[in-house]
Amino acid sequence: MLDFVQQLVSGIALGCVYGLIALGFVLVYKATEVVNFAQGDLMMLGGFFAFTFIGMLGLNYWVGFAGAVIAMALFGMLAERVVVRPILGYPQFSIIMATIGLGYFLRSVVGMIWGTDDFKIETPFSQGVLRIGSLVLAYDKLSVIAATVILCALLYLFFNRTTLGTAMRASSENMLAAYYMGIPVKRVVSIVWAISAAVATCAGVLLAPITFIHSNVGLVLGLKAFPAAVLGGFGSIPGAVVGGVMIGVIESMAGFYLPQGWKDVAPYIVLLVVLLLKPEGLFGVHMRKKV
Amino acid sequence: MRFLFKTDYEDDIRLFPHSGYFVSYGVLLALLVIAPFVLSSYIVSQLVFVCIYATVGVGLMILTGFTGQASLGHAAFLAIGAYTAAYLQQFDVPFPVYFLAAGLLTGLVGALVGFPALRLQGIYLVIATISFAFIVEEVLARWESVTHGNEGMRVKTMSLFGTMVPRDGPVFYFLCLSVLILTIVGTLNLLRSPTGRAFVAIRDSETAARSMGINVSLYKVKSFAISAGITGLAGVLFAHKLSFISPEMFTLQLSIEFIIVILIGGTFSLHGAVLGAIFLVMIDPFLTYLKDDMPGVIAGLAATFGAGKATADGIQSSVAAFASANGLKGAIYGVIIVLFVLFEPLGLYGRWLKIKLFFQLFPLYKRATFKRQKIYVKSERNR
Repeated sequence: MLDFVQQLVSGIALGCVYGLIALGFVLVYKATEVVNFAQGDLMMLGGFFAFTFIGMLGLNYWVGFAGAVIAMALFGMLAERVVVRPILGYPQFSIIMATIGLGYFLRSVVGMIWGTDDFKIETPFSQGVLRIGSLVLAYDKLSVIAATVILCALLYLFFNRTTLGTAMRASSENMLAAYYMGIPVKRVVSIVWAISAAVATCAGVLLAPITFIHSNVGLVLGLKAFPAAVLGGFGSIPGAVVGGVMIGVIESMAGFYLPQGWKDVAPYIVLLVVLLLKPEGLFGVHMRKKV
Repeated sequence: MRFLFKTDYEDDIRLFPHSGYFVSYGVLLALLVIAPFVLSSYIVSQLVFVCIYATVGVGLMILTGFTGQASLGHAAFLAIGAYTAAYLQQFDVPFPVYFLAAGLLTGLVGALVGFPALRLQGIYLVIATISFAFIVEEVLARWESVTHGNEGMRVKTMSLFGTMVPRDGPVFYFLCLSVLILTIVGTLNLLRSPTGRAFVAIRDSETAARSMGINVSLYKVKSFAISAGITGLAGVLFAHKLSFISPEMFTLQLSIEFIIVILIGGTFSLHGAVLGAIFLVMIDPFLTYLKDDMPGVIAGLAATFGAGKATADGIQSSVAAFASANGLKGAIYGVIIVLFVLFEPLGLYGRWLKIKLFFQLFPLYKRATFKRQKIYVKSERNR
């Protein structure tokens, strides 16, 4: 039983990281109908920025964290301007390919600049554990869970309560109509990319104490975050986190109770089953086209 | 400019619309036939890879280019073909038999993947195919009694009708070339048959296709099966060419390379698959060239333009450092994909068509001829 709870908690913590990356996917998808395959790599780059600020320049953890978030928000805007804006409105597949290309580019450039070793960031949560009875919970994992809950709530409120959030949903529905209504669609898209890169950075920095950051971490985790976003229905913010937690828990349970090898495949098997039964994901909305 | 006067449907679906095709393809075929006797063995070896990649490209083109179903899991089909060959070869099954068996088995698996894919589209389909590829990769690594797991399998030299066919020899090249040509001709015939027309109709609008009485599910499954089968055939050749296969060779990276092949070539024509394959396979020799010769060339240029010896040496070493940096290949891939998507969405073959049309229409060419329509409305994108 204790093992089970322990696995459950570490699965939830892992799942929250997936959920955070998936949140980035969902944000961009909600606002622009673009699927950003480079989201994991944005996370990785954010981790490396934070590593540079905290580990190499020796800044305070929180200052470095904020610096990395701001730098990555700017980078997200840059990436949107250069890669995504010219092809908005073209078939989804072109944009998927463009972001895959962006991911390739980021991975190898990061590998060239920082090298291909593993890096670790010292954080206030790196040490120490919380003991509840005989249950041992590490602070770094708890910090991930807490940050995910906070970010998810903030983003949910942002999308559903603020004017800017409404503008984003409107431009996702119909960019042209949104533009006619006076919504500055280009700026909105740009802001969405900034937010999603910032969320990715949070994921990267929180992740750094748990799994080290290296130039391929984005690919590995990004590919796990995909099933998370799809499970949640790709357009739903709470769905992304729930999907992420499900994937994380499934993975850690499979790693513990099933023979070796199941750990890596189990999330994908679950994903395929869910897609078979409910193709639009658990929280998704089915779209129909009028003919 | 040549105007083709068509009076019936037979004229419209001819493989060779006019005599010029016989000349140009005849010359190309002649060049390809004499290639192994003229070119160095390294280049011929690269040509074999071009043939294999182009075969996969043709298979993927049927699915992605003509039926409109994206797949990022074709490495798995290639793996199934390759492993079937390696497994059957252990029991001294002759090459033609296991070649066809690999194609059939992969086609069957493709059909099985096609069924779940029926309800999916767009991004969901991409993710489902990625998941499928991951599962296949893991199965290959774990099913040790058949696949020898991560140790990989050795593929013996091919024996065709009692004679050995070494993987570097001209016979193997001709084999790959003829497989490619047969695949292309077969696909061209497929595309002018009712089945191919149905594929294209599904790509252009599923709703419209369905209302015209096309059984969309059936044709999607067919498209998956044919595409996978062709990829499986290429997998057999791939296994023989590499003479060793292991699960980590068939990763997502390879699937992405296949997509790059058709993306760079142009996703609307079979020419694109071949052009894209040439482009992709030639990246490696290009990188080698970059590493070995480029620093000297650039330094030489700098010296010609009046740089001092110290500066020229500095340039040479920095270019060398850049060219041999780790992961340069990844960066080049990334930049190439992004540039093609942004500036040449119709790929190399699209560029060729544009150039051709420019000269045919000479002073009257309009750039807008090839402009694609942008769609900004979500419900329109949902087909």
